[in-house]
Amino acid sequence: MISIRNIVKQYDGKRALDDVSMDIEKGKVFGLLGPNGAGKTSLIRIINQITAPDSGEITVDGQKLSQVHIEKIGYLPEERGLYKKMEIGEQVIYLARLKGLSQTEAKERAIYWFKKLEIQGWWNKKIEELSKGMQQKAQFVATVIHNPDLLILDEPFSGFDPVNAELIKNEILELNAKGVTVIFSTHRMESVEELCDSIVLINKSKKILDGKVKDIRSRYRNQTYLLEYEGISLQNSLNAPFEILSETEMDGLHKMKFHLGRDHQVNDVLEYILPKVAICKLEEIVPSMNEIFIETVNKAN
Amino acid sequence: MIMNKILLIIQREYLSRVKKKSFLVLTLLVPVLFVGMIGLVGYLAVNQDAMSDKKSVLVVDESGWFAGKMTNSSSVSFTFSTDDYSAARDKFKTSDDDYLLHIPAPLSGLQLLGKKKASALTSQVISEKINAIAQQHRLADAHIDSAVVANAQKSLHLEEKQITESGEKDTHAAVTLILGILFAMIIYMCLLIYGVQVMRGVIEEKVSRIIEVVISSVKPFELMMGKIIGVGLVGLTQFVLWIALSVGLSFVGGPILAKKLGGNPQKAQTEQVVKMHPNSAQAAAAPKDDNEMAEVMRSLGNVNLVYTLGCFLFYFLMGYFLYSALFAAVGSAVDNETETQQFVFPVTFPLIFTFMMAQSVIAVNPDSTLSVWLSMIPFTSPIAMMIRLQFGVPTWQLVTSMALLVAGFVVTVWAAGRIYRVGILMYGKKASYKELVKWFLYKG
Repeated sequence: MISIRNIVKQYDGKRALDDVSMDIEKGKVFGLLGPNGAGKTSLIRIINQITAPDSGEITVDGQKLSQVHIEKIGYLPEERGLYKKMEIGEQVIYLARLKGLSQTEAKERAIYWFKKLEIQGWWNKKIEELSKGMQQKAQFVATVIHNPDLLILDEPFSGFDPVNAELIKNEILELNAKGVTVIFSTHRMESVEELCDSIVLINKSKKILDGKVKDIRSRYRNQTYLLEYEGISLQNSLNAPFEILSETEMDGLHKMKFHLGRDHQVNDVLEYILPKVAICKLEEIVPSMNEIFIETVNKAN
Repeated sequence: MIMNKILLIIQREYLSRVKKKSFLVLTLLVPVLFVGMIGLVGYLAVNQDAMSDKKSVLVVDESGWFAGKMTNSSSVSFTFSTDDYSAARDKFKTSDDDYLLHIPAPLSGLQLLGKKKASALTSQVISEKINAIAQQHRLADAHIDSAVVANAQKSLHLEEKQITESGEKDTHAAVTLILGILFAMIIYMCLLIYGVQVMRGVIEEKVSRIIEVVISSVKPFELMMGKIIGVGLVGLTQFVLWIALSVGLSFVGGPILAKKLGGNPQKAQTEQVVKMHPNSAQAAAAPKDDNEMAEVMRSLGNVNLVYTLGCFLFYFLMGYFLYSALFAAVGSAVDNETETQQFVFPVTFPLIFTFMMAQSVIAVNPDSTLSVWLSMIPFTSPIAMMIRLQFGVPTWQLVTSMALLVAGFVVTVWAAGRIYRVGILMYGKKASYKELVKWFLYKG
């Protein structure tokens, strides 16, 4: 759906984005990851046409990104904010109308969303009179009210308690199921694994990793396994088809991490240990997105 | 489409301000205060006797020239003592009289003794009276008819007229001056008040972080223009309401006041003008008789209302756009209002400078080189030209000034917009002038 080609953006001689390219598939949840100051916000602002790139091009469905796309995008910035002295109902309608909705349409949908998020009782309250969570919900409504095809969410869960974070997550997934493409920028890696189909990792203004979450994780597998067993320790086994990385024992239960030996399969390991111990559990250790994130960034630095 | 969005922004900026309680209070309060102040001043001017404390003066007249001739006035009353000076002086110490006036036989060494220091007004009134009487007495001694002298001393009245294509017009230098200063003051105050409102609005959007959501829907320039126009309309609304309310109040309040005063209102007004400007340059303007009052009215009537108001509207709006764009740029460059000072002063400096020049240079010498230049430069012309206009300005100068102002407006709004679009997204960066230039040069 969105194709980002060789984007360069410079501020004060410092590169915020250095030749960044990526493709965002239609109807998928796309994770935009990276440490603070990596250039995520710069890229988001360029997609939102708040700023323009120095060079490079963005196309949406093969069409050059332009003013006509603004009404198709819903943007939730990391730094939330609404007019403090304005009533939230009125405010959401105003923001919806700026996205091209008519007054009646805006009001109808605002009422629908306020009911859905259970904030209809606060319609006439000013933002400054609301709790933080309530403000965030109103802001979320303002982001999705115009039925955007593309949602850009920058840390959407910050400021929510776990119950409301779950509520918002389900709303996002529901929209995604209806075909809305989501760009999701966050530091919370567990939500990345849960939500994202594919990701891009940006560090120091450069793209250092991208692909489907599944593929990336399997790419980072390094033939390490965890074995839990009972019986005599395998530590001093001879000619074993594996290399032991660590082993602990508690109440007779051994936990051993090992690396597959050269030219060996998992089956070889099973064959080797079957006569020796009672196997409780054997699993491959797949690195989490969090570990991959830290490892990749550290390597790049 | 884009126009729709600007309209939407204008609407929000306008309504959110007009709906505020402070707007209502200010709109109602100013005319009430204005009319009330005029009423009070008028009332005090007419009822001054009631307000002022009457001083009684005991007179010891050894010359015999003054007996029976010292008429009592609203603030001073005289009683003549039959005692000699030293006895009268002793009595005065215990009497209720405020002052003792001693007039010795050869008229020299006159003294006014008081329990308190005499006020300037009291001593002036007394001294005028004795001088007038002494003069008449001396004239009579020299066998000169006082009527002849009075006739000789009559001052000549100079009537001012301006020759225009449509004939001679009555003018009145003082009226022109006051009108000019009035217009200049209104423009000066409004540019500052509403300019600062625009700046505050920009800072509010920046501080509350709504800005990023809004400019993902509209262009920063559209938001800036929407805000400027919206606040400008608030200003115009306030203007219209002020004028309407003031006129309404004076219509209702005027006759009541006049009835209370028991005199004709015009007379009261005349006196009030006299009292309001004692000894100042404007005293020249104080009409001294009904004849001159009529001249003032004629002169006011001769002000071309459509021309003057048209020009006023033009200079007010263009000046407002120009300055509010600058204020918007300042607002975008800072994170909170306390940081604005370093930028606000340079922005307001031309305004303050012109306003100071207004009374001392432009109004006194409207066609001097400095005045002409000030009325041409876009940053100073809204004030300077409104003053010069009252004295008559060649059409080519007016057209040039207006064209320059429009050009200045376009350039300023464009430049301010370029700073604004970057500034509103910058947080925690101490903006310096160098920084502003950089922002201005940013691409895209």
